Amino acid sequence: MSSRGEILALLLENARYTTEDLARQTDLSEAEVDAAIEELEAAGVIKGYQAVVDWDETDDERVRAHVELNVTLDRETSYADIAERIVKFPQVQSLRLVSGDYDFDMTVEGESMREVSHFISDKVAPIPEITQTVTHYIMDSYKEQGIEFADGDDDDRLSVSP
Amino acid sequence: MTFEPAERVADVPPSGIRRFFELAEEMDDIISLGVGEPDFSAPWAAREAGIASLERGRTSYTANRGMRELRELIAGDMRTRYGLEYDPDDEVLVTTGASEAIDLAYRALIDPGDTVAIAQPSFVSYVPKAIFTDAEPLPVQTRREDEFKLTRAVLEEAGAAAADVLVMCYPNNPTGATMTGDELQEVAAFARENDLLVFSDEIYSALSYEHEHTSIATLEGMRERTVVFNGFSKAYAMTGLRLGYAMAPAEAIDAMNRIHQYTMLSAPTTAQYAAIEALESCSDEVETMCNQYDRRRKFVLSRFDEMGIDCFRAAGAFYVFPACPWDDTTAFAEALLEEERVAIVPGEAFGGEGHLRVSYATGLEDLKTAMNRIESFISG
Repeated sequence: MSSRGEILALLLENARYTTEDLARQTDLSEAEVDAAIEELEAAGVIKGYQAVVDWDETDDERVRAHVELNVTLDRETSYADIAERIVKFPQVQSLRLVSGDYDFDMTVEGESMREVSHFISDKVAPIPEITQTVTHYIMDSYKEQGIEFADGDDDDRLSVSP
Repeated sequence: MTFEPAERVADVPPSGIRRFFELAEEMDDIISLGVGEPDFSAPWAAREAGIASLERGRTSYTANRGMRELRELIAGDMRTRYGLEYDPDDEVLVTTGASEAIDLAYRALIDPGDTVAIAQPSFVSYVPKAIFTDAEPLPVQTRREDEFKLTRAVLEEAGAAAADVLVMCYPNNPTGATMTGDELQEVAAFARENDLLVFSDEIYSALSYEHEHTSIATLEGMRERTVVFNGFSKAYAMTGLRLGYAMAPAEAIDAMNRIHQYTMLSAPTTAQYAAIEALESCSDEVETMCNQYDRRRKFVLSRFDEMGIDCFRAAGAFYVFPACPWDDTTAFAEALLEEERVAIVPGEAFGGEGHLRVSYATGLEDLKTAMNRIESFISG
């Protein structure tokens, strides 16, 4: 694996690894690690770093919905044009063009169900190219970004074994 | 009538690791770098295949030699990895862990009084197994200056030319040493010249980080004199499922199976189903675990280097084998455990005086803490 690839794999595993941690795990110098990260960021490969949060464990009320969007295109309007209008809203957490029965797969977040519903009916549905929206409220989350939310297994190995 | 142990049992001292285990078990909050098994669980697909087999009521014995489908997959795996052909009907035996396979080979192929040359340091059971078979164990001490690889020089020095069998394990527990195909050539030549059988324990073959693992059986004139042992414990993190296998020419497997059919009958059925799935679909998980071990290996080596502790660049299994900063390794390990709550096994438990076996089958956060504690212990 290239050093960029290795650093990327490690940051995907834990974005809070320090430069020193990364250097020790890859046999690279700290300067090389920093350079690799800078390159990854400059090339737009790494877009950001975020915590993976289980909101059920906090006092905050968060409502998330997964929304299917159907659109119609014409000669002047592409998927990218429509997407560009939608992603500008801060309520939109993710937007993906997908194959299958609908066109866009969107996740929306708000403080209440009302807020999310209003956002979809007032801001998204009226966009002229959007022909249909189907909203699924997320009721529970078991795994996000590869991280399981259930308690991890305890290490039940013998403390010393041959 | 008394329950006096038989002589060959009385002759074997209790495992050197035992006392240390008892000490460590009494303590809370220790970080253990003394564990000889993966910290991962078996890949979910393999576990699920085991569960599914139970749901379907697959709780009977299998064929003595193991399920044919599994033997075919094992033979196929050897073909893909090493271009080595073993007939799944006659030359593969599925056992209850590689440990059973090794035990069977000793009992089926070694006569009382035969000499068993054992590359040391090594896994704790090779010497006792020789005593249980009334054979003579002959330690062949590998050296720090050779990075604990087996060489013609140490074989000659130990008098292994007169032995009947050579037992070796690379990638090695406890040293983490590996041997390349080139390095194995002189061992193979020595075995051919002196007509030795070779018992090659390759249980850590999937965990070789700096070069591809070579099975000694692939070298010229070696397949016919070698029993290869492997299993699912280390590569697939399936230690508790107890599943291993042996591969050798038909006459060896036939002799081993004769003991196996009267003692074990067959390896655990659930584990065999899990193993089939492991071989069919879990190579990505193995690669992921392997990458994790490799990063931790580099981390640990880099920390020992910084502490000024002499530690060769071990390239396999999940162990590094630093020289002990004190003359008395047991005293060092006990003091480290008591004062810093870090468990490390003294090398002499494996026939490796003056060294410590440090297992990195532990998450990186614990490894970091443990290494910091070791650093403060030796500098304080």
